[in-house]
Amino acid sequence: MASKEYLTEMAKKIRCDIIEMLGKAKSGHPGGSLDMAEIMAVLYFDVMNYDFNDPQKEDRDYFVLSKGHGAPALYAVLCEGGLIDREELGNLRQLGSRLQGHPDRKKLPGVEASTGSLGQGFAVAGGIALSMKLNHKPNRVYAVLGDGELDEGLIWEAAMSAAHRKLDNLVAIVDHNGLQIDGANDDVMALGDIGEKFASFGFEVFSVDGHDIDALKDVFAKAKEVQGKPVAIIAETVKGKGVSFMENNPSWHGSPMSDEDYAAAKAEVEG
Amino acid sequence: MEKIATRKAYGETLKAVGKEHPEIVVLDADLSKSTKTNIFAQEFPDRFFDMGIAESNMAAAAAGLAIGGQTVFMSSFAVFATGRCFEIIRNSICYPNLNVKIAATHAGITVGEDGGSHQSVEDIALMRVLPNMSVYVPADAVETACMVRYMAEHDGPTYLRLGRSGQPVLFDDSYQFEPGKFHVVKDGKDVAIFACGLMVSVALEAAELLKEAGIDAAVINASSVKPFDKETTAAYAEKCGAVVTVEEHSIFGGLGSAVAEVLVQTKPCPMEMVGIKDQFGQSGKPADLLKHYGLTADAIASAAKKAVERK
Repeated sequence: MASKEYLTEMAKKIRCDIIEMLGKAKSGHPGGSLDMAEIMAVLYFDVMNYDFNDPQKEDRDYFVLSKGHGAPALYAVLCEGGLIDREELGNLRQLGSRLQGHPDRKKLPGVEASTGSLGQGFAVAGGIALSMKLNHKPNRVYAVLGDGELDEGLIWEAAMSAAHRKLDNLVAIVDHNGLQIDGANDDVMALGDIGEKFASFGFEVFSVDGHDIDALKDVFAKAKEVQGKPVAIIAETVKGKGVSFMENNPSWHGSPMSDEDYAAAKAEVEG
Repeated sequence: MEKIATRKAYGETLKAVGKEHPEIVVLDADLSKSTKTNIFAQEFPDRFFDMGIAESNMAAAAAGLAIGGQTVFMSSFAVFATGRCFEIIRNSICYPNLNVKIAATHAGITVGEDGGSHQSVEDIALMRVLPNMSVYVPADAVETACMVRYMAEHDGPTYLRLGRSGQPVLFDDSYQFEPGKFHVVKDGKDVAIFACGLMVSVALEAAELLKEAGIDAAVINASSVKPFDKETTAAYAEKCGAVVTVEEHSIFGGLGSAVAEVLVQTKPCPMEMVGIKDQFGQSGKPADLLKHYGLTADAIASAAKKAVERK
């Protein structure tokens, strides 16, 4: 079990890596990458059965970034784990890079599913979970979903299917920051009670503060105990968390940083 | 001549290869009695998943199962399996190059009475344009069985286009399938007719009509639409000097387009395209529909004569 101090430090490093990548690339999605830092740190360095030295290990837990635009958060965690060299972070979104704008499993070991087209990653994760069940394997599947992504009908087809197949090895983490590209969820497409929706589809539902390390550890432990149904964790997050001028600001969903923005953001996350 | 629907050959071959390949799983979207995946399901209930009327999720789940190590066959009617799922096939199956086989039945207008909403005349075009995707259109039950066996034993995304109606059995047990290789079913020197699916048997009838008119037509089974057989196509264009393509599909984007793409870059020659001319199908008996849309031996023979005259 990793300590709270270690995981807090990892979340900080993940934020620093994200800002470094996006600042150099002058392209990409800061808001929805920064807000996943604690979730990614707790998953990869505490919860998941995962060996960075052997990313294809037979009994590994699978991670699927259904909100593929959060790719920098995934690359950051793979970098901290040693799968990506630090220098390579500067190649994000560049021609020939393994660090594609959205995760590409053909290019980068550690990426389980090529995602980015919203709604699909969660449904693919359901297929992986079904495969593990079919083969009586213990591997678990963790998928991080955006809240705006829940607009996609495919999410609910996949949710119905996961519950029908009793995929208790599947955990959906909804990164609920309340914002999407065109504005607040409530203004673009009101989601209603997300937890209630998943519960009505047959999921065991938990809510958690997505930036609280202890609470995240606790909720993932509870998720492991659930039997006979899939789990949805609604993680309340602040989009752009850690960089004051990006927090809760939908215009930082996918805006490039100027050199001044980069310097200011770097100072804040390193601070 | 004995007639067997290619979908039936698909279901029976799936059951046979399922025995040899425990990694095979089959998905369907509430149409298993029609697509004939129920034959597999009865034998291997644990490896069959009815995904309900949710084709998009079926395609994405197929990708996930392939990531988990399964060889996945997924089936529905062609219009849904390709059209409704297109972008999922693109991004979650072809982009990551996963081992998913899309075996779609009820392709073309010979679906019959269900009408235009259920008659896919664009699926070859949709699948052919995707990188990493192979596209096979079997001419009969024997070829279908060979293709299914091949698909079970080779990695990579593949689209298999199957029909609802019975099709004449053209080949015997000696038939062997090889991707990227066309079969010259009848040789000839005056005009080369490239056909796929049900239309291969109709093209053979057309060749008989042409013989009476003194035209020696070659009939080529272009079942491996992708990878394509450029060599045979160019060789027969050169040898015959006139080409006809025949398909139960739109003349846009399908076999005719594939042949034209190759010939304009290799051996340009007079060419006529027999197929659905930028329109949807409608209800009717399969034979009446083929006649209505000009997919008959007479229509093919007329097109061949026209191509020959243009030499």
